Amino acid sequence: MATTLLDKVWDAHTVRTLPSGQTQLFFGLHLIHEVTSPQAFQMLREAGLRVRFPDRTVATIDHIVPTASQVRPFRDALAEEMTAHLVRNCKEFGIPLFDLDSGRQGIVHVIGPELGLSQPGMTIACGDSHTSTHGALGALAFGIGTSQVRDVLATQCLAMTKPKLRQIRVEGTLARGVYAKDVILTVIQQLGVKGGVGYAYEYAGTAVEAMTMEERLTICNMSIEGGARVGYVNPDTTTFAYLRGRPLAPKGEAFDRAVAWWTSMSTEAGATFDDLFRLDAEAIEPVVTWGINPGQSVGVGQRIPDPSDAPQAERPAWAEALAFMSFQPGRPIAGTPIDVAFIGSCTNARLSDLRAAAEVARGRKVANGVRALVVPGSQAVAKAAEDEGLHEVFLEAGFEWRKAGCSLCLGMNEDKLTGREICASSSNRNFKGRQGSPTGRTLLMSPAMVAAAAVAGEVTDIRRMLR
Amino acid sequence: MSQHDVRRQIVGRGIPLHGHDIDTDRIMPARYLKSVTFEGLEHHIFKDDRQQAPDHPFNQPHYRGATILVVGRNFGSGSSREHAPEGLRRWGIQGIVGESFAEIFFGNCTALGLPCLAVSADDAAWLREAVARQPGQEMLLHVEDRSVRVGERTLQAHIPDYARHQLLTGTWNTMGVLLEAGDDIERLAKSLPYVTGH
Repeated sequence: MATTLLDKVWDAHTVRTLPSGQTQLFFGLHLIHEVTSPQAFQMLREAGLRVRFPDRTVATIDHIVPTASQVRPFRDALAEEMTAHLVRNCKEFGIPLFDLDSGRQGIVHVIGPELGLSQPGMTIACGDSHTSTHGALGALAFGIGTSQVRDVLATQCLAMTKPKLRQIRVEGTLARGVYAKDVILTVIQQLGVKGGVGYAYEYAGTAVEAMTMEERLTICNMSIEGGARVGYVNPDTTTFAYLRGRPLAPKGEAFDRAVAWWTSMSTEAGATFDDLFRLDAEAIEPVVTWGINPGQSVGVGQRIPDPSDAPQAERPAWAEALAFMSFQPGRPIAGTPIDVAFIGSCTNARLSDLRAAAEVARGRKVANGVRALVVPGSQAVAKAAEDEGLHEVFLEAGFEWRKAGCSLCLGMNEDKLTGREICASSSNRNFKGRQGSPTGRTLLMSPAMVAAAAVAGEVTDIRRMLR
Repeated sequence: MSQHDVRRQIVGRGIPLHGHDIDTDRIMPARYLKSVTFEGLEHHIFKDDRQQAPDHPFNQPHYRGATILVVGRNFGSGSSREHAPEGLRRWGIQGIVGESFAEIFFGNCTALGLPCLAVSADDAAWLREAVARQPGQEMLLHVEDRSVRVGERTLQAHIPDYARHQLLTGTWNTMGVLLEAGDDIERLAKSLPYVTGH
């Protein structure tokens, strides 16, 4: 019988079946950061245990780092304390840390792939829900809580239930001005924010096959926004070309042997799925969210919907969202004025994202009254962008050019919305209060659309601005 | 690492929460994650929602002392922060019943010995109304029987077998059982090409 990548990777990492009926699953890579690990290290200490596989554990610092100046000690005493704790824990337990002076620091889901740490056929865990990102390489990557971080530190294993598998086939060619972000926002809009609970998502189809690795990372990143803890793309020549030469990827003949193994882990032709969802790439347009979860979105050419048009069960939620946003149903989403433009986050802060935004920003100016910032996903992304002069394009247009970190995605550092500000954001969550102001408002969209909104001062159809 | 207690059933008063897709950013806003411990999280539960809605259930004195949270659909979506269930637990919540739960949140709750039982959409709506109507009445989450009892009514509830097993045997701290695999962990590691260097 033809098997799937999910089956093969699951089986290859199964230690045993637990008394609860769950699987004891081995994790090939454990990524940690400063927010969800300190309590886990404390639990480990209290149990008198060591980190079982320190060489399969990698740390960086991303959520709480300031992005204006990263000189330590940080002005924010709590951020400084969390950083100091991570440094101390990594030292005590022998865990490699990509610190601020390493040249390799960045958002954990940006550095894993770019360093070649995240590889096909692996199981990956990290105390962050956007760990699904790494599935783009053909790995099974699970976001976990702090108790589970403790489990992985102590045993390199987790007690897991195997998810069901839904294949999402995106067929056809994306129109100009339509990006991977628009594809995944459309998937979530159609399947709902809980549609993926209990499932892993396998992304396939000609549109996905044609995507670069960075585009696939964006798609897999937001699997969790659709309720799916895991999302992946089968490894192919795009994957292998991306990994070749990465600092921590296999080298020489080992790389060739790795390619053979990676290839063998792919879903086979004729494999069956628990569910199948098809999406026509040509029908996707640039997407903007209008509500308070990532499933509440419309095409940029459409109008803010009316709760009376919603399915019965969704009506109160739509009404609540519109009330929070202070949006009028029936008005076009285009033309919605913005106060802040944010290009960054583990969803969209890679080099190709910055290039797409810079293409829009080049020769234009950020609108009066709009605060616009570009926050590269890692030190390596920042350097690559600076090497090709993207920072100058942004600075000339009136964007701020920041240092790597999670920044305005989540309100845990100095970058925050204030009051009722509306932010055009390339991040992944438009939850109430997500960007640091309890009443702040977020419109999710692609990085190019954020740049267009920054320049126009309002939500704008990117397709009209592309040269 | 074995627990001495088990979670066969939770008895107590309920506190109802209206709305669906209530994410963990709302349960525990990110600014309260800036700590190296979980101490004091109970003070920040639903902080922003409570400030924006004075009649929020967690603001109302008659729900103080409630131990069972009654929710809607897809409760706990979004971030994997265990600070959310930790905060609920430290506030006094001992069990949650609702229409459905986000996956990571459900696992985090179970890992803390906090049972999450799912009931049908109609039953979840009825439960929220029933608790709001009569905040003082006792209810019972029965993990073993997979049921929820309020007054005369017994509702059928769902909980995955593994979670029920862990709660009934006091093994929700999975580190202990995972450690029992011993050297099998290293043996498995050595069978993986990427561990041995391809």
